[in-house]
Amino acid sequence: MALLEVNDLHIGLQTQRGPAEAVRGIGFSLERGETLGIVGESGCGKSITVQSLMGLLPASAKVSGSIRFDGQELVGASERTLCGIRGNRIGMIFQEPMTALNPVHTIARQVGEPLRLHRGLSQADARKEVLALLDRVGIPDAASRLDAYPHQFSGGQRQRIGIAMALACGPDLLIADEPTTALDVTIQKQILELIRSLVAERGMALILISHDLGVIAHTVSKMLVMYGGSVVESGPTAAVFAARAHPYTQGLFAARPVLGAPRGGRLATIRGSVPELVDMPPGCPFAGRCSHTIDACVTTRPPATWLPHDHAVRCIRLDEIAAEGVAA
Amino acid sequence: MSAASSSTTPLLKVTDLVRHYAMPRETLFGAVPLVKALNGVSFCVEAGRSMGIVGESGSGKSTIARLVMALDTPTSGSVELEGRDLHKLPSDALRTARRDFQMVFQDPYGSLDPRQTVARIVAEPLEALAEISRAEQRERAGESLAAVGLRSTDMDKYPHEFSGGQRQRIAIARALITRPKLIVADEPVSALDVSVQAQVLNLMQDLQQQFGVSYLLISHDLAVVNHLCDDVCVVFKGQIVEQGPPEQLFRAAEHPYTRTLLDAVMAAPGGDVLHA
Repeated sequence: MALLEVNDLHIGLQTQRGPAEAVRGIGFSLERGETLGIVGESGCGKSITVQSLMGLLPASAKVSGSIRFDGQELVGASERTLCGIRGNRIGMIFQEPMTALNPVHTIARQVGEPLRLHRGLSQADARKEVLALLDRVGIPDAASRLDAYPHQFSGGQRQRIGIAMALACGPDLLIADEPTTALDVTIQKQILELIRSLVAERGMALILISHDLGVIAHTVSKMLVMYGGSVVESGPTAAVFAARAHPYTQGLFAARPVLGAPRGGRLATIRGSVPELVDMPPGCPFAGRCSHTIDACVTTRPPATWLPHDHAVRCIRLDEIAAEGVAA
Repeated sequence: MSAASSSTTPLLKVTDLVRHYAMPRETLFGAVPLVKALNGVSFCVEAGRSMGIVGESGSGKSTIARLVMALDTPTSGSVELEGRDLHKLPSDALRTARRDFQMVFQDPYGSLDPRQTVARIVAEPLEALAEISRAEQRERAGESLAAVGLRSTDMDKYPHEFSGGQRQRIAIARALITRPKLIVADEPVSALDVSVQAQVLNLMQDLQQQFGVSYLLISHDLAVVNHLCDDVCVVFKGQIVEQGPPEQLFRAAEHPYTRTLLDAVMAAPGGDVLHA
């Protein structure tokens, strides 16, 4: 049995312009020790998907479908059940190390909080455990810094502390939502290395959310590309990167400025802009912005087409696009 | 570098710029601790060319932007725009001179006043420069918005009605309205999504060709700088450690810090041609 199995997940949100579907029937599964990346732009539903795993959605959100974590159904689970899982069996690393830590509590207290809460450790025992965690995530001279406050650490160190906090109870699943977006490039590499080695060492599963294709390519073994609340392409990272079958994935790749490219060239852009959730077409969410759109794209949800290597693409025009690619 | 030896005056000439910040005293009779944000930075930007400044947070790159914009006073050194030392100009002359250099900020959410209409936001630099009638302000604002690909019907909307990319266009329209020769852009696309980032970068490129404006582009993203700039300075601990055209710099970096920056770039397979 997979550690995490998400099936036909729908999340409805109340927007100013009425109810809208932020996640439109996505599914994926994750084994222990596996790493999954979710890539997509703002509003594609990647963050809200992982928030639903943690039971962190706004109260007005309507969730249907199934999220099975280690055999337990999380959709519709009681707050009490979720509290037992959050921070205990599922740990989360947030994007902003500045705001994810509480400025008025010491590091020892914050990192130790899940230990005292879930494992019932005494203050002294929690402190010992915290010291070991901080050492592991690479806070120099951790023993003397236990009683320091978040503002006394740099951004990269704060993110390390956030990681220590997520790891405290030895979770089965670690979720990292854009963990390095707020950090410098050289620090980014160190933090990703740290996450990767911790995942390997503890046999956790990892879900990494990022808008950065480079980060995804270097960190995870399989990936989902999301757009408009749907998974448009999924599969092993190497296969998705090699094939780039969906027009949206292609657009995302082409829009990146590339180091070493000749100057004076223009970046390829994706026509138009992301429609509001309420205005998403009933069929393929990318219909209309995609240059291959035909009427059927707009009206019916494209089924998954399976390519070799367990690689799925939701596009009904794959053959035509491939033919064009060969011709061009 | 291209500029120092040429006989014509460069658009922007930064000479030995130093900025130290005094920190609160730690002991009663001890010396005031100093943060040496910039330690002697010099570079030139020729008219119509663009300069990129790359470095990590704390390297001093935003301090350079603030000093070039005369939003802060240097400890020593000079910033000359077309031969005039901005930090020696009397305040009213500086105010008029601001026509020639404008700024685009990083955060398109924080840099636009939520209580003002787009027309007022975009026209504000004009109002600060001279007595101009409301009608003319609106007309110029409309032209400026058109240049960045927004509609004139957008003029009476408020910033919250726009997406991040559109807001950054509004910020660029505001910088363009005085028809500046230099636009200082501090991380102009780092808050934007990849596909929106591409649109804004293309726009900046178009405006450069159309109006001959130069950019001083501050960024941590080497690929963005590579895309838009003719020259690059790599800043590390308040000093320029390496300088040159991006294709040369990024292919054959000499300074270890530049190498570190390049090594940290996570290339996506099939996307990047850095080592091709």
